[in-house]
Amino acid sequence: MDYKSNKAWLYLLPAIAFLAVFMVYPLIDVFIYSFEEGYNSASQTSFGIGAYNYSYVLHDPYFMQALKNTFLLVIITVPLSTALALVISLALSSITKLKELFQTVYFLPYVTNTLAVGLVFMVLFQKTAYSDGMINMMINFFGGESVDFIDGPYWAKMFVLCLYTIWIVMPFKILLLTSALASVRQDYYNAAKVDGTSRFRIFWRITLPMISPTIFYLVITGFIGAFKAYSDAVALFGTDLNAAGMNTIVGYVYDMLYGDSGGYPSYASAAAIILFAIVLTITTINLLVSKKHVHY
Amino acid sequence: MDYEQIRKQEAVRTRVRNVVIYIFLAVWGVIVLFPFYWMVLTSIKSYSAYSSEYVPKFYTTSPTFQNYVDAFTTVSLSRYLLNTLIFTVVTTVLMIAVITLAAYAFARLEFRGKDLLFTLFLSLMMIPNELVIITNFVTITNAGLRNTFTGLILPSVTSVFYIYLLRENFAQIPDELYYAAKVDGTSDLKYLFKVMVPICRPTLVTVVILKVIECWNSYVWPRLITDDQAYFLVSNGIQEIRENGFGRENIPAMMAAVVTISIPLIILFLIFRRKIMAGVSRGGLKG
Amino acid sequence: MKIVLDHLTKRYPSLKKGGPDVYAVNDFTFEIPDGKLIGLLGPSGCGKSTCLNLICGLTRATSGKIIFGDDDVTDLPPEVRGVGMVFQNYALYPHLTVRQNIMFPLENLKGKDKMTKEAMMAKAEEAAGLVQINELMDRKPSELSGGQQQRVAIARALVKTPRVLLLDEPLSNLDARLRLQTREEIRRIQTETKVTTIFVTHDQEEAMSISDYIFVMKSGVIQQIGKPQEVYDDPVNLFVAKFLGTPQINVFDGEVNNGKLYIGGEAVLPMPGVQSQPVHVGIRPEGFILDEKGPLCCDFRALEVMGRDISVVSGHKNCQNVAIRSIIDADNKVDTSSPTVRFSLKPHKVFIFNKETEERIRV
Repeated sequence: MDYKSNKAWLYLLPAIAFLAVFMVYPLIDVFIYSFEEGYNSASQTSFGIGAYNYSYVLHDPYFMQALKNTFLLVIITVPLSTALALVISLALSSITKLKELFQTVYFLPYVTNTLAVGLVFMVLFQKTAYSDGMINMMINFFGGESVDFIDGPYWAKMFVLCLYTIWIVMPFKILLLTSALASVRQDYYNAAKVDGTSRFRIFWRITLPMISPTIFYLVITGFIGAFKAYSDAVALFGTDLNAAGMNTIVGYVYDMLYGDSGGYPSYASAAAIILFAIVLTITTINLLVSKKHVHY
Repeated sequence: MDYEQIRKQEAVRTRVRNVVIYIFLAVWGVIVLFPFYWMVLTSIKSYSAYSSEYVPKFYTTSPTFQNYVDAFTTVSLSRYLLNTLIFTVVTTVLMIAVITLAAYAFARLEFRGKDLLFTLFLSLMMIPNELVIITNFVTITNAGLRNTFTGLILPSVTSVFYIYLLRENFAQIPDELYYAAKVDGTSDLKYLFKVMVPICRPTLVTVVILKVIECWNSYVWPRLITDDQAYFLVSNGIQEIRENGFGRENIPAMMAAVVTISIPLIILFLIFRRKIMAGVSRGGLKG
Repeated sequence: MKIVLDHLTKRYPSLKKGGPDVYAVNDFTFEIPDGKLIGLLGPSGCGKSTCLNLICGLTRATSGKIIFGDDDVTDLPPEVRGVGMVFQNYALYPHLTVRQNIMFPLENLKGKDKMTKEAMMAKAEEAAGLVQINELMDRKPSELSGGQQQRVAIARALVKTPRVLLLDEPLSNLDARLRLQTREEIRRIQTETKVTTIFVTHDQEEAMSISDYIFVMKSGVIQQIGKPQEVYDDPVNLFVAKFLGTPQINVFDGEVNNGKLYIGGEAVLPMPGVQSQPVHVGIRPEGFILDEKGPLCCDFRALEVMGRDISVVSGHKNCQNVAIRSIIDADNKVDTSSPTVRFSLKPHKVFIFNKETEERIRV
């Protein structure tokens, strides 16, 4: 038995070692960092314990900007992308011809490099001295004024960021919703049809409740994902997000850690923990709400 | 006849609805495909042609591959691609080895504290990467592993989620198979590689595919840990190209680089379309 | 209400490219009398479920007519036909309670048929009472046993007092004991409501035991229609003879010669007026009489005691079944030491069929 037990630990050793060094230890360490005041990464010394780091971060205008950006991004993209994905999946599941082609095309953004395609979005939306860009050309065509979406007003930048985020997250949502819709047994629809249920009522009373677990799953993971937004912003606005006024919380953490304003792991830790607390709170609320509304 | 009318109305309604659905789906298809079209189109426009288009054109009459040549000669795109390939292959291989052994121990072997340890493992799934990356950055820096492949690879060779996924799959294999193998005198390790791994190959393939996509597109960690271009991956490479590469305005060459780094995964996707989509719906997340 | 099917046909294009079309339902013409319980019987894949879906309106007929009473409903959508349907897997909505499930069809009613909440509640209670599930009304389907779910499904189908009740394999998801109980339940409900009921099954025992009439189908074609006992006693072809009855009918290669039926050289029965020809001989298990001087000599294999009856298992070189099973009264004594066993036959339990067409040859 002991020999067997030892053998099992041997199998587990690599996983445990890696997890201990790169997950468990850092997890403890990040809390320590966040309470160590005036930590200096060069000399690895600090002069005191307290909540100063949190206070600093919460009074940092860059952090507040990042917080605002992130919240706006979450509030706009999660409901919109989920609803749009639902509509697209419903449309997809009601056709048979070309269905696979559409599904394949819709999935493409999932396998693309966020940074690379972000560059394409930038080119499409950018207004430079040489060209107003593709999107502005269309705006002009419909009689609107050119806007610089990349380097212009805040709302325009926010718009592109949301649009790109939605474009990126759609494949996953469409995929999950389509398979959820496909798993609703045809029997239910037949039964409803025999009873003369209208399309609208079938959707509200049968389809929606049946796929509600998937919808809530998507909303929860959507919230978590959107709160961690970072690379899509970098892709559109470059690495200096603070200057562009488009930083996100995660971006703030990395900037504090490394980058032009970097070298402050304590501030980074405090910001990361604040983010984690926000995500945890929102997820808990989401779970409580879903418990109430998902009946199974 | 009255009924005939009902049927005709129904037929018309169905047709209208189908037309609307197809138009809607096609519009979203265009929105998805347009950026791809635009990057390919721009990448084959010559720099001078592109610069002279104040109003961008939807086509080009004189395609050129000069931009691709530039992408490989002016900036170290081939270096980035090679780095990413090495990073992806090594990380994936190591991770598969680590998680297979761990999943096997959890699914098949008996030892004291197994349940407790597994619960601890599961609870680690909730820890966001953003929280631990700070210390990892410090750890790797202090170990002098910045700008090395070791530093790039080490933190991502385990995944609690994949261990969990694989363990669930392993656990479905009936115990009788194990006892039968034991009776025949098969060693644990042989049983793992001759029986369990082949049976669970679909899951392993799924994990490999997901990990490859993740590695190919990873950006944050490589950005933190490398500032020497010789160790840049494609994501950092593209960012570098954007900010310092061809000169800010050489968009066609930039797009050529974008096309080049996008193609490998798109080809992979088109080949393993079903497997990838099934895998993602089972255990994939974006981000 | 009477249901008439008039040359009803459902044709599907072949799954293989260029193959012949598949007739799931081929030229059905028959009449279902008002207020009867009909069992639509056949092996799986014979088109019986398609037939049910045609009557229900979920599938559109390729040609032919469906007439309910005096109304031609062929091209009508299901909701205006006035049918209630119980699906094989019950199709109870898992997120709704039993009450909500039963009320669901009523809530769909529009215009002049629209009901008040109270009326709906009363209706639901009434339907629930019929299937005796009043005390389960506030549970979710997942909290019910298979049999209870079945009752809820029936209540939901009955709640808008349909003109026709359709049941698709109503007993296939129940265990053996519940199956017996439920089929009596279906019979009782049908007798109480007097609604014309059609149910589909592949289990001949089920169909025989509760139907007023059975319709035996094979690959899209109706083989025989009749009261269960009549069909059993007087099958029109070998397929029907084989399909009805447990244990299965024993089939032998035989021959009619000079007005006598031969099995393996032994004349077993007189067959006056039948042309001399090779035939299939079907003998029901209960058609055997133990008889030391009987003409049919079989190799004795085993004796299965079943209480009231005993079953003699034997073999014969001309028998097409794996073994001959003959059921005889337990009072008979069988000499188990003897290597052979001899039978004489009850003439009305012996059927002969044309060797090629497998059609019955009547004496």
